[in-house]
Amino acid sequence: MSAPSGQFKTQARQLSADLRHRSIIQTALGKYEAVRDKTRDAFQDWQAARQAAAQIKWDAVNHLDQYLLQFVSNLETRGTKVHWASTGDQAKEIILRIIADKKAKCIVKSKAMTSEEVHLNEALAHAGFEVVESDLGEFIVQLRREAPYHIVFPAMHLTRGEISDVFARELGSAPTDNPEELTMIARRVLRHKYIEADIGFTGANFAVAETGMISITENEGNARLTAALPPTMVTLLGIEKILPRFEDLALFLPMLATMGTGQPLTCYNSFYSGPRQPGESDGPTEYHVILLDNRRTVLLADPEQRDALHCIRCGACLNVCPIFKNVGGHTYGTTYSGPIGSVLTPHLRGLQDWKHLSYASSLCGACTQTCPVKIDLHHHLLQNRRNASRQKPSFGERLAYRFFAFVVNRPAVYRLAKQLGRCLQPLHTLVKGGPLDPARAWTRTRELPRIAPKTFKEYWRERQPRV
Amino acid sequence: MKITLFVPCFVDLMFPNVGISMVKVLERLGHQVDCPEAVACCGQPAYNSGYWEEARVVAGQTLKTLEASEAVVIGSGSCGAMLKVFYPELFAGTPLADSARRLSGKCFEFSDFLVNRLGVTDVGARFPAKVTFHDGCHGLRELGTHDQPRRLLTQVRELALLEMPDKTCCGFGGTFAAKFPMISTAMGEVRCAAAAGTGAEYIVSNDSSCLMHLQGLLDRQGSKMKTIHLAEILAQS
Amino acid sequence: MQPANQHSGFEGEKEKILGRIREALRTEAPHPGHGPAVDRQDEKHGPQSSPIRQWLPFAGETFSEKLELFKSNATMLRAQFALLESKDELLARIQSLREEERWTKVGSHSGQLTDLVCRELKLPICRTDQPYQAADLETCNVGITECDALIAQTGSVLVTSRSAGGRALSILPPHHVVLARRDQLLRDLPEGFELLKRSYPPSYPSFISFITGPSRTGDIERILVLGAHGPKKLTILCV
Repeated sequence: MSAPSGQFKTQARQLSADLRHRSIIQTALGKYEAVRDKTRDAFQDWQAARQAAAQIKWDAVNHLDQYLLQFVSNLETRGTKVHWASTGDQAKEIILRIIADKKAKCIVKSKAMTSEEVHLNEALAHAGFEVVESDLGEFIVQLRREAPYHIVFPAMHLTRGEISDVFARELGSAPTDNPEELTMIARRVLRHKYIEADIGFTGANFAVAETGMISITENEGNARLTAALPPTMVTLLGIEKILPRFEDLALFLPMLATMGTGQPLTCYNSFYSGPRQPGESDGPTEYHVILLDNRRTVLLADPEQRDALHCIRCGACLNVCPIFKNVGGHTYGTTYSGPIGSVLTPHLRGLQDWKHLSYASSLCGACTQTCPVKIDLHHHLLQNRRNASRQKPSFGERLAYRFFAFVVNRPAVYRLAKQLGRCLQPLHTLVKGGPLDPARAWTRTRELPRIAPKTFKEYWRERQPRV
Repeated sequence: MKITLFVPCFVDLMFPNVGISMVKVLERLGHQVDCPEAVACCGQPAYNSGYWEEARVVAGQTLKTLEASEAVVIGSGSCGAMLKVFYPELFAGTPLADSARRLSGKCFEFSDFLVNRLGVTDVGARFPAKVTFHDGCHGLRELGTHDQPRRLLTQVRELALLEMPDKTCCGFGGTFAAKFPMISTAMGEVRCAAAAGTGAEYIVSNDSSCLMHLQGLLDRQGSKMKTIHLAEILAQS
Repeated sequence: MQPANQHSGFEGEKEKILGRIREALRTEAPHPGHGPAVDRQDEKHGPQSSPIRQWLPFAGETFSEKLELFKSNATMLRAQFALLESKDELLARIQSLREEERWTKVGSHSGQLTDLVCRELKLPICRTDQPYQAADLETCNVGITECDALIAQTGSVLVTSRSAGGRALSILPPHHVVLARRDQLLRDLPEGFELLKRSYPPSYPSFISFITGPSRTGDIERILVLGAHGPKKLTILCV
């Protein structure tokens, strides 16, 4: 068992039984579900939209080199400095050099899961730079020194009381249980930061090849401010964010909003194509875009699972996953949680260390059904299991399945096993649920069914005319 | 039509009445049924755990035994999905690839067989009780079984069908129930609560593995609610 | 350490990454799902045949359909919308807004409608289409801008750094007032993108945005709060 696997099992055990946690998550997601369904139903043909989105992403990812070059060429024509980073460490190094070059002290950030992935904040803090998360949810979890709980709703697991507590503790604000007052506290603190910051750091939801633009989807306006006021702007994005054409956004922006938050469109969908251009009176004078690989090319090289790179990070699969709903986002112990996280993480961080996430699923398929770009999520979990067992089979498990095959394929042996089971069953009640019970995994919380006095095969044999 | 019934090991051993009920219903509708002794498992446990070589040993025997069948009817969505959807993938690139494809074409989940192949929704059943239908995930999402059980249940005399607010997994998931018992249990508890919330006396499903899981939890809770397979209701008159 | 502008030291990474991509793509991946294939040829025939339009929510055809849709969206988004019959009505509305909201200083840019309105208001102005200080804009109660379009389908306002006085004017002050013309009311998002592609190439503004309602957040217990960082109030005046 790997360390991540052990951590997952321990936390999952705790949180599955935590009824308070379960109730908070179910309430939050219940609200989301109601609006999501209504918004999705307003589409004239949601399934056709999904198919089109899936195909556009197929086109983008399967011609990735061409579109990346087009994207970069368009950006560079307008004065953007483009960097390519094979690893997270390289990305951080590039960012640190930009900061040093600009002699920057204060960095304001809008939400970027890719920056979580490479642990950027830790690196910047370690190097002595003040980094302020401006998205309200990220701001809250940053103050609490914890990771975001969900890729779209970072503070989903917190009550207003807990938020008030951390504000009082870290900002010295007066306690309040009014969400509007809490939001205004954050707004006041962050206002100064936008104006003072030397560098504005953003992620990107999409990268449009045709026009060389970054697209950022948000509700609060913090990304727009991050991209408007500081003199230097830096965007970090994964290479798979490419969309071929500008008008593809007319499909993807509403689909992202519908599945991400249940809104027809989020409040601000903004496109950035360079630093301040001639004739423009504000905006950063310097713009850097960093393209990140970080093992995305490893996933690209697996044609069976390549479509996992189509992901638009809407979070819909997390929201429908019964495992996610019971164990929560932190239990996964890695940046990307839920079904997409379980599919991706073995590729990004190692199969043997992270295969347990692929096993921690009942394969119900709700994720695949909901994914707006038709990623075959739950089948990829099955494939991860197959790949993991092929790479490093468990001797015990393999033996168990071989033995099972031996019994089940031979009617005479099967009948013998059945008789044995009948004899042992009354003895089982003596050890049921305790440490000696071989079925303890089941019987700790559930009753076991009994072998019937007459099995179906016995009934069927009795019905046959004597030969 | 000669119908081959696929009865997996756990139904054979622990829920034989499900198999017996399927036979009763099909014979009542005037069909001949056959149940080959050599078939006991679809091979899903090994397949789901990633041990495809070992899965092929069991699945291969099932495949060969069912080669001669005209129509294979399965009373479980998960086994049904294994035979119909996953066998072609499991045997791709092997000598049994064509055989798997052929089997896929003649496999039917029980309610789908009745409604779409035999064109029957009223099997002459009577079951005076309030029931709620739990959609097994494999049946729902791999096989597209949704309307068929409901069309059959609404024809059952004196039965009241109540719906749960959503379709979520019961938490069984095969080896998942043993590998991650705490998550599996939490999911099952949520599902039992949803069922109890409808006021139903019975949870009915077309998948015995879901029912086994939910019944295990209900028994441990001391709940009065019972589980029953769709075939068992349809067999009552 | 070399300045990042000159040599990041990672020049070789571009070729390495592209090399890995090309190598990976030598094997084809299966096409997604099954269903109606998007024929990109359709899009060459012009806006009416854009397939995306057929799948997105219905957006109306006539001016009055578009107007009704925009109005109901604006209401749902908690944005204020008014259709005015004349320039005089516009100026009267602006004056009553000024009194209600007690504006003392205005941020704006030069334009046909904005010039008219700012002349009428006679308030101190921070002009953002010439060099300005962010701290100065921060003291304005309201940012008054023009726009490129209004989108009926979503109740959105389409702005760019060229049409709306830069990047900050429509996001920093706590109230954003948009002055639009009737002919700017478009049906849907595809039409919005068509407009952008017609109006700006070869040189797009460096900032383009679809604004859909006042700023908001649901990060605290999924409860809606307006005015998270951007404007708490959005007023759209269409003349």
